[in-house]
Amino acid sequence: MKRLYADIHRKTGGFDLNVLIDSDAARIGILGESGSGKSMTLKSIAGIEPVDSGHIEVEGRVLYDSSDRTDLKPQRRNVGYMFQNYALFPTMTVMKNVMAGLGKQTEENRNKAADMLRRFRMDGYEDKLPGELSGGQQQRVALARIMVTEPSLILLDEPFSALDSYLRDRMQVEMLGMLEDYKGQVVMVSHSRDELYRFSEELFIVSEGHIIRHGETKSVFREPGSAVAARLTGCKNFSAARTLNDHEVEATDWGVTLKLDREIPEDITCAGYRAHNFSPVWGERQENCIKFDLLRVDDLPFEKNYYIRTLDEDNPVCWFVQEEEQRVIEKCGLPDYLRIEEEHVLLF
Amino acid sequence: MNGFIELAKSLDWSPLWISLKTGVVATVISFFLGLWVARKVIKKDYRAKSILDGILTLPMVLPPTVAGFFLLLIFSRRRPFGIFLNDTFNIQVVHTWLGCILAATVIAFPLMYRNARAAFEQIDANLVYAGRTLGMSEPAIFWRIVVPTAGPGIASGTILTFARAMGEYGATSMLAGNIPGKTGTVSQRIAMVIQDGDYVTAGFWVVIVLIIAFFAIFLINMITGKHMKNVRKW
Repeated sequence: MKRLYADIHRKTGGFDLNVLIDSDAARIGILGESGSGKSMTLKSIAGIEPVDSGHIEVEGRVLYDSSDRTDLKPQRRNVGYMFQNYALFPTMTVMKNVMAGLGKQTEENRNKAADMLRRFRMDGYEDKLPGELSGGQQQRVALARIMVTEPSLILLDEPFSALDSYLRDRMQVEMLGMLEDYKGQVVMVSHSRDELYRFSEELFIVSEGHIIRHGETKSVFREPGSAVAARLTGCKNFSAARTLNDHEVEATDWGVTLKLDREIPEDITCAGYRAHNFSPVWGERQENCIKFDLLRVDDLPFEKNYYIRTLDEDNPVCWFVQEEEQRVIEKCGLPDYLRIEEEHVLLF
Repeated sequence: MNGFIELAKSLDWSPLWISLKTGVVATVISFFLGLWVARKVIKKDYRAKSILDGILTLPMVLPPTVAGFFLLLIFSRRRPFGIFLNDTFNIQVVHTWLGCILAATVIAFPLMYRNARAAFEQIDANLVYAGRTLGMSEPAIFWRIVVPTAGPGIASGTILTFARAMGEYGATSMLAGNIPGKTGTVSQRIAMVIQDGDYVTAGFWVVIVLIIAFFAIFLINMITGKHMKNVRKW
């Protein structure tokens, strides 16, 4: 039975953590900024960070329960934890690192560890020290070291943040492959929406110690539910907003009244729009359009970022244009307006 | 040169053995005690840590004679604890080799403790956490991960402790006295022969002490130096 249930409450030095994670998904993502409590949540599940109250259960086994004072030591939780810096033991060889969690140095354990290293394509490195390995190799050893103990849950704490960007992309794909045969649940914590979009089936967004949105990953990205969550999922443009009537909302910072087919709730205060979703318009102004008043352009390797002046000087609208669209602009010149498409409008 | 060899032949070598033995035993005691105490102290909160640290470092800062005074106060055979030790366990500290060890340990212990503590504080807590989540027992984590990782700091602390313990003079002379062949250490022998105006014998012992001290420092640099190779010069 695959189910992670973690109801965690903790007060520590001005920070309150109150999260509930209840999921039967095989790959669970936790998205949040640094300091949001996502790492603390993970550490609490593993038992290496104390909890004030709550209930933690993995595969039907209670690891922590404040009502009957259950609090298993991390050693007995059987939860694998991969640290941001991998935490390989620096004075032990790769082989000894992988065997560290197996207890006795028996022939059987040695074979187990060797098999695991082979599976992670690290055979031949048995006698190397962690310091002699590349970042990607260290990550593979760290994962082998966890997998060999057959944990009932694996926790990945910002697993790719220590890698440079080329390796990061490669290891993300590799990680999915390496975890393919693993039958238990895996929780990954990250501040990167791309990593989690790729990785997780169910996504929890945490902000200031609370879960502010959770659900199936793609639907969370489609409907983040709040401005904070939208920002974390990568939404770049926000404007103060107020409802005019059932089908009209005024985005005051953008200086545009949006006419929408859907019914608009009365208490709207904020509108969001993703930077990739604008449609360029040449010539006549159409409905739901922002005047294209260019502030500056950022040239990136595969896209251009246009910043468009709005009524709020400090809050320009960004329009991210990918190569194909860029070719159209080169042909037709800069557009006169940007159209906001109803289906992509986020209202909070 | 011949005179030197003559001197070496006729010399009473017992101070060297007494100093070495005292140094080794005091170092072994300080080593385990220092690691244990350092581990305990870094777990405490800031305030308790400062207070404990002050008390534990005191013997290193105080003049050794002050430490000797307190040791005598405790272990003198005319005082309650000294009487208790003598009557119950037949243990005498004053004017015995045990006194040498005790004085040397008290004076040298802070060096071990402080070095171990500094080394432990440099340890990445994730290493310990990783050990725990992998199911390693706390003693296994300590001896197989923490101590080896803190190795260079602990090794240099051990050597400094040994050097300090071996050369201890003030507290030792008060507690153990200078009984030739029993509690007469090298430092005490040097002071004694100087009083007789025997600069040749004193010089001979000084050379031996210099050799040992230099060797100790060389050893520390060898051990910690390995990790300094990649440090950029400035």
